[in-house]
Amino acid sequence: MARYIARRLLWTVVLMFAVSVVTFIIFYVLPSADPAALRAGRHASPQQIEEIRHKYHLDKSLLDQLSFYFKGILLHGDFGISYVNDQPVAKLVFSRLPATISVAVGAAVLWLLSGVAIGIISAVRRHSKLDRATMSLALVGISAPVYWLGLVALYLFADDIGLIPLFGGSGSYQPITEDPLAWLNSMILPWVVLAVAFAAFYSRLLRGTLIEVMGEDYIRTARAKGLPERTVVMRHGVRSAITPIVTAFGLDLGALLGGAVLVEIVFNIPGIGRLAYDAILHSDLFLIQGTVLLAAFFVIGANLVVDVVYAYLDPRVRYE
Amino acid sequence: MSEPLLRVTDLVKHFPITRGVVLQRQVGAVRAVDGVSFDVAQGETLGLVGETGCGKSTTARMLARLIDPTSGKIEFDGEDLAGLKGRALKDARRQIQMVFQDPYSSLNPRKRVGSIIEEPLRIHGLLSEGDARRKRVQELMDRVGLNPEHYNRFPHEFSGGQRQRIGVARAIALEPRLLIADEPVSALDVSIQAQILNLLKDLQKDMGLTIIFIAHDLSVVRHMCDRVAVMYLGKIAEIAPNEDLYAHPRHPYTEALLAAVPSPEPGRAGRARALLGGDVPSPANPPAACRFHTRCAYADAICSAEEPLLLQRDGSVAACHHPLSG
Amino acid sequence: MSAPLLQVENLSVSFNTEDGVVKAVDGVSWSIEPGQSLGIVGESGSGKTVGGLTLLGLTRSRRTTVTGRAMFEGSDLVSMDDESLRAVRGKGIAMIFQDPLSSLHPFYRVGDQIIEAIQVHSPTPKKVARARAAELLGLVGIPDPSARLDSYPHEFSGGMRQRAMIAMALSNEPRLLIADEPTTALDVTVQAQILELLDRLRRELQMALVIITHDLGVVAETAEQVAVMYAGRIVEQAPVNELFSHPMHPYTWGLLRSIPKLTGPRNAALLPIPGRPPSLISRPTGCAFAQRCAYAEDECRVTDPVLAATAQGRQSACLIPHERRMAAWPALAAGGTEADARKVVRGPK
Ligand SMILES: Nc1ncnc2c1ncn2[C@@H]1O[C@H](COP(=O)(O)OP(=O)(O)OP(=O)(O)O)[C@@H](O)[C@H]1O
Ligand SMILES: Nc1ncnc2c1ncn2[C@@H]1O[C@H](COP(=O)(O)OP(=O)(O)OP(=O)(O)O)[C@@H](O)[C@H]1O
Ligand code: SF4
Ligand code: SF4
Ligand SMILES: [Mg+2]
Ligand SMILES: [Mg+2]
Repeated sequence: MARYIARRLLWTVVLMFAVSVVTFIIFYVLPSADPAALRAGRHASPQQIEEIRHKYHLDKSLLDQLSFYFKGILLHGDFGISYVNDQPVAKLVFSRLPATISVAVGAAVLWLLSGVAIGIISAVRRHSKLDRATMSLALVGISAPVYWLGLVALYLFADDIGLIPLFGGSGSYQPITEDPLAWLNSMILPWVVLAVAFAAFYSRLLRGTLIEVMGEDYIRTARAKGLPERTVVMRHGVRSAITPIVTAFGLDLGALLGGAVLVEIVFNIPGIGRLAYDAILHSDLFLIQGTVLLAAFFVIGANLVVDVVYAYLDPRVRYE
Repeated sequence: MSEPLLRVTDLVKHFPITRGVVLQRQVGAVRAVDGVSFDVAQGETLGLVGETGCGKSTTARMLARLIDPTSGKIEFDGEDLAGLKGRALKDARRQIQMVFQDPYSSLNPRKRVGSIIEEPLRIHGLLSEGDARRKRVQELMDRVGLNPEHYNRFPHEFSGGQRQRIGVARAIALEPRLLIADEPVSALDVSIQAQILNLLKDLQKDMGLTIIFIAHDLSVVRHMCDRVAVMYLGKIAEIAPNEDLYAHPRHPYTEALLAAVPSPEPGRAGRARALLGGDVPSPANPPAACRFHTRCAYADAICSAEEPLLLQRDGSVAACHHPLSG
Repeated sequence: MSAPLLQVENLSVSFNTEDGVVKAVDGVSWSIEPGQSLGIVGESGSGKTVGGLTLLGLTRSRRTTVTGRAMFEGSDLVSMDDESLRAVRGKGIAMIFQDPLSSLHPFYRVGDQIIEAIQVHSPTPKKVARARAAELLGLVGIPDPSARLDSYPHEFSGGMRQRAMIAMALSNEPRLLIADEPTTALDVTVQAQILELLDRLRRELQMALVIITHDLGVVAETAEQVAVMYAGRIVEQAPVNELFSHPMHPYTWGLLRSIPKLTGPRNAALLPIPGRPPSLISRPTGCAFAQRCAYAEDECRVTDPVLAATAQGRQSACLIPHERRMAAWPALAAGGTEADARKVVRGPK
């Protein structure tokens, strides 16, 4: 297993390298605004633009640019400079990370708890009114676009424009280190909005697997031992049905940590998602690279964590 | 006799016993199969019997290439299976099919029976999609004694015996050359069992099928097989032509096995049987020299000192220092 | 004669399926006393397992209808509420299931699954329960039992899984053990040990044993009384020796004729009962065995034979007078043809 993890980590590095090369090439071949001109500003002279181009190696070949970039990363931990903000990319990204983590982790806890609870209840009370009601709602939750849900939530509950002003609205984000209460207040709506769609999906997934598992022979064995139905469901049923949930959860959380773009935009939260969005708008090459690398890191990392956790959950799975 | 269809040489499978999930340390090994060699001729049925846990299923799974051997060679039709790649491997897989011991857990509970039986046809791209395949599947269901109308049912809606017949239908769908049947009839009632056994014999006659037949029921083995290999704790104790084995067991373990068969014939029921005593040794730590010596009635000093070799003695091959005489 | 431990009266079980109502068990009655053993044999799909599961309430669902009674130590298992039934499960009545791999939870160690069974009915410290679990695994003949407690089911061979199931069922010393094909995955020597063990428990603990099996040899060795089932009903019931020496029902004849023998000529084709059992959804009128019975006459397709007492406290369900049936068996047993036997049964035509 340790060997397996080491091998996978090595792969992570290779993959991330490949991802950034591809991003570079896309950026190089696709027609986009001249980054040097963007950086120089509206009233720059051709010389100024030329200087900038030289300073950021934009006049070099693709291969040279790539090698400068990776040398910077490997030798100095330098991920380049954002043309637009004139700040080191690493610093920018790390300053935005806490906001994204706040959104993603909070929402994840919320959707995991509610999705699992609803899934279990509707599987156990299959065909009951409660089951039918929650499952129809879940269908709505899955089909509703996140930005639409976000806007509705803002119009209903935001403390600036909402009908029933309860929670912080768009742009109310405060870092937790400065004012925990304000942070919490600003996070509630984004959490709920983000969690709705996921919880809906998770509850349906869990309901489906759990119903199937409850028909297995080993559930019958558990009942035949005389175990209370609660134990049968929780210890024997849910234990088996939870594995696909764990997989989905790891991957979803990984993807979100790389930037919850829509929610960050709707609620105007200064996270990675918005940073990436702005970077693309401004053709800010190194910043795009930085956010792409971060997203790739989280997604690939989450995959690895999921695989390792899976081996703990299912003893039949062993990696060599 | 021509070249055997299957030749197994010194096959070994050890399952490591490990502790810890991330940092695994090997603390020992279950020596499930420990140096097994035999031949199977084209069109022959070889029986494989022996104590539970002696490595029969493990051997079968290695032959079907479901698990890799620790060491040893498996030659099918003159070719080393370990060396096959790509198309050749796929072809060999198609020609070697297996019926599994646990009927239910080898069937995907989410799939309808029709599509389970159809699966091998689909994987190997045989027959066109739709009607032709459906017809073939229903033919197969009928052939193994399942109602073709139950095409759309799920495995859990079948009784134990019916589930096993699904497995047989799936295995013969590709008309393989070698069929490895791991207790194909243990879950069947005697009448269906008779139907399946007759079916296997018919298939063998019609298609020259070669069969490796694993079973506990010695009367079934006697009925089905041309030769029988008796295994004990990962090794072969004796291989003999069918009649010889039953009439003149050479190995003391074979003798004990035959003595333990329960019989429905009136008069024999309830008789006091010479039960094999002693604990079954652990395959993680098998006895030295002759593995049977801890339970053998004929054991003496040499048995726990020297490992007996598989030696030929008029027709039978047995691994024993003191083989029984007819 | 002591009072019965379990008395099953007219038990019927049907499943509501998409295709229609499946009558898996159709009016079955039997009883068993402490320390006794009953063998149930019969065609696959004849309702043996469903009948056993129903006694423990394991077929209860929205789609299942159960009628009849099953009096166990004075209370009816069929109408009992879930909570009281829970106390019976595993302790009053335990069951060994047919398919041992799928009946063990793949994610828990074998030992933990047995320990759980011990702890449900009596709060036992983990250590004691573990020692007891090891003792049970040893009892069913698994080598190196305390180390094997930590194995997962997929690391066991087929026979070891089956023995683990048996150990689990025995963990609370049940008063009645329903063993559904307990030895199919075992080789004959281990099978003999297990049957011996069950026999001992029966003698020493007065445990009653219902053994469901296809293996007529196993029945011959363990059961005192045998019930033969066909299409959800009992068609013949008799003491074991009687059943094997003078079977009375054409279906039983078919069963006995289709087993391969350890002696006698080898290459003869086996004689399976032709055809398939009838649909349990739309049961044919008359005798359910009529389509496959070599002795059937027009009347058999109209009149449904009832299970009636014949000689020496035996029962069978066939329209042919039992004296004539008695006369037909010896020739059949010796390998005679059904056509000849038919002459004996029906008279020459
Ligand atoms: N995946 C595994 N990991 C560890 N041990 C295993 C594994 N699979 C099988 N074994 C062990 O290998 C030995 C042989 O098992 P195998 O299934 O081949 O027995 P078998 O002869 O088929 O027995 P049976 O007649 O009971 O089916 C057993 O001791 C078993 O516990
Ligand atoms: N949950 C279910 N839904 C519908 N039909 C079922 C269900 N369970 C069992 N049956 C049907 O009920 C009948 C009786 O099944 P049962 O499992 O009792 O057979 P059995 O006598 O134990 O057979 P075997 O010897 O093959 O195990 C079968 O025809 C089976 O298809
Ligand atoms: S070698 Fe010795 S111990 Fe082994 S089977 Fe022969 S007589 Fe028995
Ligand atoms: S009643 Fe008729 S069909 Fe039924 S078993 Fe008797 S002879 Fe055969
Ligand atoms: Mg096996
Ligand atoms: Mg059954």
